[in-house]
Amino acid sequence: MCYLTTVKHSMFYWSFGIVLALLALTAPAALLLGFLGAMAKRSQVAVVRWIGSIYTSMVRGIPDIIFFMFVPIALGQGIEYVRHKIKCPDVTEPIRQGNDFVVCAAAKFPLGSADQWVHQTYGFALATVAFAFVFGAFVANTIDGAMRAVPANQLETGHAYGMTRRQVFWRILVPQMWSYALPGLSNLWQILIKATPLLFLLGVQDVVYWARELGGSKTSRYEYPHGDWRLWYFMVLLVFYLLMTWGSEKVFRRLSTRFARGQATQAGQQHLEAKA
Amino acid sequence: MKKLIIGLALAVCASGTAMAQERTVRIGTEGAYPPYNFINDNGQVDGFERELGDRLCEMTGFNCTWVTNDWDTIIPNLVAGNYDAIMAGMSITDARKEMISFTQRYKPGDPSSFLALEGADESVMTGVVAAQSNTIQSSYLADTPATLVEFPTPEDMVAAVRNGEVDAALANSAYLSDVINESGGRLVFVGEPLDIADGVGMGLRQSDNELREAFDAAIKELEDNGELQVMLDKWFN
Amino acid sequence: MSCLQTLSEYGLRSLGHGPRLLPRGDITLCDQIVLIGSGMIWNIYFAVLALTLGFFLATALALAKNSKNRLLRAPATGFIFVFRGSPLFIQFFLAYEAFVLLPRAGIEIDLLFVQITAETRWLTRAAAGALIVLFLNTSAYSAEIFYGALRSVPRGDLEAADAYGMSGFSRFRKIVWPTMMRLAWPSYTNEAIFLFHATTLVFFSGFPAWQQKGDALYYARYFADQTFNPFIPYPIAGAYFILFTLILIMIFGKINNHLNRHLAREQRIKMKLSTRFYRRNAVPSLR
Repeated sequence: MCYLTTVKHSMFYWSFGIVLALLALTAPAALLLGFLGAMAKRSQVAVVRWIGSIYTSMVRGIPDIIFFMFVPIALGQGIEYVRHKIKCPDVTEPIRQGNDFVVCAAAKFPLGSADQWVHQTYGFALATVAFAFVFGAFVANTIDGAMRAVPANQLETGHAYGMTRRQVFWRILVPQMWSYALPGLSNLWQILIKATPLLFLLGVQDVVYWARELGGSKTSRYEYPHGDWRLWYFMVLLVFYLLMTWGSEKVFRRLSTRFARGQATQAGQQHLEAKA
Repeated sequence: MKKLIIGLALAVCASGTAMAQERTVRIGTEGAYPPYNFINDNGQVDGFERELGDRLCEMTGFNCTWVTNDWDTIIPNLVAGNYDAIMAGMSITDARKEMISFTQRYKPGDPSSFLALEGADESVMTGVVAAQSNTIQSSYLADTPATLVEFPTPEDMVAAVRNGEVDAALANSAYLSDVINESGGRLVFVGEPLDIADGVGMGLRQSDNELREAFDAAIKELEDNGELQVMLDKWFN
Repeated sequence: MSCLQTLSEYGLRSLGHGPRLLPRGDITLCDQIVLIGSGMIWNIYFAVLALTLGFFLATALALAKNSKNRLLRAPATGFIFVFRGSPLFIQFFLAYEAFVLLPRAGIEIDLLFVQITAETRWLTRAAAGALIVLFLNTSAYSAEIFYGALRSVPRGDLEAADAYGMSGFSRFRKIVWPTMMRLAWPSYTNEAIFLFHATTLVFFSGFPAWQQKGDALYYARYFADQTFNPFIPYPIAGAYFILFTLILIMIFGKINNHLNRHLAREQRIKMKLSTRFYRRNAVPSLR
């Protein structure tokens, strides 16, 4: 039993926390980005509308994995580039020298002298941004669709009562939209869960990293030598993810019945009838 | 002119001593190549290079931290400054010297050997042979009639031999002998070991003279006082 | 080296033709465009085969899930649950590890089966092993879509079929199946797009790239690692994917028109990103 309680194993158990943390941080960030994206798509300013459209349609054409790989490096280099310009204005050598990206030592971020946990947290933060960016676009698509699904006569009624555009948006459209958006959002949540193992590709020491590390065959240099057990460790991950998706499906089913309350939809009607 | 030289020398001294006490040095390693380096059950980098590296840092007064990085990108990440040194069983080669610089070697060239399933004969050496990508073994194989298959980690490479995906694997003998000892006779060495390595050294950025001088001196000292040999005997029998 | 020369040398590099060593040192824009494009061959290979094969299994699974027979329903439901409920990335890892173990088991069974064990080798290759995973995965997602559509086939259609005395297979082929396809098609288009995008995972998930024969993203990442400049290879790969995604949407749109050809213009299910389409299917079934 001691095998399962080594420090390395406890790091494996902790890495499940990393997955949950990623979910907890990405979901609200993506929701916010998505809402902004959907608003941008409805904007009266053409440029904003285009930005919204490009943002939301980009993820439809390009695999998310490309974003996951691109965004963290690009963002990391962007931050170091800006810091380089600020902190080392005297350095005249170009930052891109052939194949190297060279910024002065003071511009490194995090600093070379920073603790290892700072570096790891930074890596995780960049990954979170990449996830939020991609899922924000998906959410924007869903919310945009939901806003369009709100019956037009509801909005017209608002206008007829003398409400301003802004009031109609915030008081009628947004509250109504959620129940239409919920099925899409719940689906996105499931997809987000299933995208979390991609953290591994970004160099974060997540569940996949530790499953590979622990499962790989061990010679007697290690305390507990064993053969190639990666299959079993991945089985554990499979079960973990199945439980996660199964559990959240249940939660969302409950939520959707609650949201249906008082809505002029079929589900809302059923809700009323059930009560009566 | 004289003044300038003295001034420069002073500046170098000043920065040298001041930084040697404070400078944090991040050492990049693979963490998957026992006995050189691996992640132990406490989740820490362990192995010959960990012990040697920590000793070197102690002597030079640098404040060292260990980071792991995929083998494939270990050189680009050094050049980009994500860490300051590589200690990953890396052989000193001319091709690598074009991108990074090395300290003097801290381990003499390790022979490379072919690993195969028991009962294999020498013909496997020209069959389908696995090697870790970007290694001296993979560039050696590229010039032989063998069909090279590259794997990103040593573990994957050995697994490929085990399941018959490849006929043999070419790697560092020290790494393979561990694998063979544990295989219960299923895996064996084939053919004679090859001498294709010049020795293992610490990789550094070409511009980083400070580290190279400090580590060179420290390695030399360990070599002279016999400490290095003790470590080598401990980890490589 | 001129760009045409690069094209002739590296154009089919992903299939193993051309120089053994990938470009190093002075990597030109042309190198990147050619090699990433060469990698697209694999993405298309995986997408086309997995979708084609998956289509049939998905239909069978949807029918099984809709069946009254528990012995058919339970396995289909379980299969769909496992493949839809877990990340494709983990499925790839698991499959590779499992395939790697296969020959050992094969040898232990009987020496007579040596022929078979020799063939299991292929399963550890991406071209076969990853294709199987993608095939099973898309079958599960598509089956759920088809199942949903099957449940929404109008009762009137079925009653009409009964009235004509149709039954069994001919009822299915002439009435149920066409309607099911028509209803499922917009969602299925989405699934196809996301499966196509998911092919980029293959070489990052256990399956080794033999002799550096990889897909578009494999090469894009190679260049990004080598040049430390992500701003060129990833947008190139992105552009290729946009191009082929548009082609895919066009083909599926054509099929959609074909499926809806008997309907009046207003009744057709638009492939456009209509509200309805979004509400039901914004569900990027990205795994």
